[in-house]
Amino acid sequence: MTAASPVSAAPKVETPLKRFVVGFLDSRVAMLGLVLLALVVFSALLAPWIAPQDPYDLSKLDIMSGMLPPGSADMDGNVFWLGSDEQGRDLLSAILYGLRTSLLVGFSSTAIALAIGLVIGMVAAYAGGGTDATIMRLVDIQLSFPAILIALILLAVLGKGVDKVIVALAAVQWAYYARTVRSAALVERRKEYVEAAQCLALPKGRIVLRHLLPNCLPPLIVVATVQVAHAITLEATLSFLGVGVPVTEPSLGMLIASGFDYMLSGEFWVSVFPGLALLITIVSINLVGDQMRDVLNPRLQH
Amino acid sequence: MLVFLIRRLAQSAIVIAVMSVLVFAGIFAIGNPIDVLISPEADEIERAAAIARLGLDRPMHEQFLSFAGNALSGDLGTSFVHGVPAIGLVLERFPATLELALLAMIIAVVIGIPLGIWAGLKPDSAAGRIIMAGSILGFSLPTFWVGMLLIMAFAVSLGWLPASGRGATVDVFGVPFSFLTLNGLKHMFLPALNLALFKVSLVIRLARAGTREVALQDYVRFARAKGLSPARIVGVHILKNIMIPVVTVLGLEFGSVIAFSVVTESVFAWPGMGKLLIDSILLLDRPVVVAYLLVTVLLFIVINLVVDLLYSLLDPRIRLGGAKA
Repeated sequence: MTAASPVSAAPKVETPLKRFVVGFLDSRVAMLGLVLLALVVFSALLAPWIAPQDPYDLSKLDIMSGMLPPGSADMDGNVFWLGSDEQGRDLLSAILYGLRTSLLVGFSSTAIALAIGLVIGMVAAYAGGGTDATIMRLVDIQLSFPAILIALILLAVLGKGVDKVIVALAAVQWAYYARTVRSAALVERRKEYVEAAQCLALPKGRIVLRHLLPNCLPPLIVVATVQVAHAITLEATLSFLGVGVPVTEPSLGMLIASGFDYMLSGEFWVSVFPGLALLITIVSINLVGDQMRDVLNPRLQH
Repeated sequence: MLVFLIRRLAQSAIVIAVMSVLVFAGIFAIGNPIDVLISPEADEIERAAAIARLGLDRPMHEQFLSFAGNALSGDLGTSFVHGVPAIGLVLERFPATLELALLAMIIAVVIGIPLGIWAGLKPDSAAGRIIMAGSILGFSLPTFWVGMLLIMAFAVSLGWLPASGRGATVDVFGVPFSFLTLNGLKHMFLPALNLALFKVSLVIRLARAGTREVALQDYVRFARAKGLSPARIVGVHILKNIMIPVVTVLGLEFGSVIAFSVVTESVFAWPGMGKLLIDSILLLDRPVVVAYLLVTVLLFIVINLVVDLLYSLLDPRIRLGGAKA
């Protein structure tokens, strides 16, 4: 059970949020992950201001400075810290802009899937009976197929585009949330506080939204964090296969794919650096997610 | 058991029927294959003839009904691009994917189980921590990027292994396989390693968690008290008991290995089903896409069923009653 708050009449109450923050900061690795993640998110948000060049303004590109190795400068003295691609595009700028697309797809598809899964899972848990059985059967069937296969089918149908990738990834992910929410809600709704709320004759909607929902959130937050990393990897993979985002809005996966041919001729930087950016993003999210799971897991708390 | 089987088979039939409608309707809705397949110089008459030959002039429900009717007799249509039966194309590529997936599973078990047991026996040692950190990395690395790095390291820089293709094959009952020739094995190694990476991490985690749990059990303590050698305790008493979750999960993951081979096959230009799927999606070759998906769905249903049955055999605590909805 939760730790009893101190008996002394201290004015400060230990809120769940504070307890979570303290527990989270306990691990140095998780802190490192958080710092890295913040760095990644901010550099993506601030890309238009911090990137040395606008990689999609074709007038700024100079084909003469194409395929420069990392750290070299062109004739005007512009330094390409991570090298340039065949069109003379600065790779650092391309990565910063690509990060925007990758994060946009990862976060928005997770948010949409979370919303859908939350509603469906709650309905299943609260309705019970046949509704519950049907919904969970659907979830089981969907989860028995790998995400990449479902996403491939959907994108083969929908075609290319950032919005379409978001739709496909949301459709792939909702089932995880529905299952998590349902199992959390089934446990929570048997607890005394829900019974108390029912005895007070509170409306059903209020019980679900104000009492049940907040208590189902912790496992959901953990799943969502890990899923953001999954969604970003999946998007990169789909774009690499040529069914993801269009060339006009390249994500990190697209950048890696376009560097593939050059890699074989020894010009590694065009795809290795975007790959490293992708790796840092995913590892930092996973580190944060791992720690959140440990902190929010009631079984690990004393 | 019988009730369970009948129920599962009925359910599978429904899933296949629903999937075929969805897939057909979805695939029908994309792009216009005529633009891709017929040369722009063709005149009206040639165009109309080609459309009629491909059956694209008929209304959608009619196309579906004839598709479903033919599908029941094993005919999933003719590839727009290759002009041969789509199901034949897919099945022809299946052995290449299958042998790649099997080798990947073997690599995952051979590398993953010893590392996982080690990390489970000594969770706080430096080696244990490094193994776990490695497994987090294995989960995080995108498959296709690792494949590219493998090509760069072992094919381009070191020149040890070939970067693409299938190499020499040997026919077994008329089916070509690569794993029987040295050249074929060389071609297989990098893609199989690439495909195995994610599963290695998974097996490490499962084996570690299992070992940590089993090592504390009374029968292990008793074996120790009896003075059995550590090798025998680990090799017999621990290994046997951690295999149940490993076998189950690997069985379930076999389908995902087949699905993920889409990525690996594209990177290494391995001529399997996955590469065929991607090529067909990009060329709008509808019948092949539909055939691939139906074959894969069928495969998944069979795998899931077999794993459920095996699970109950391996672990007598699990009963497959009619109660399991």
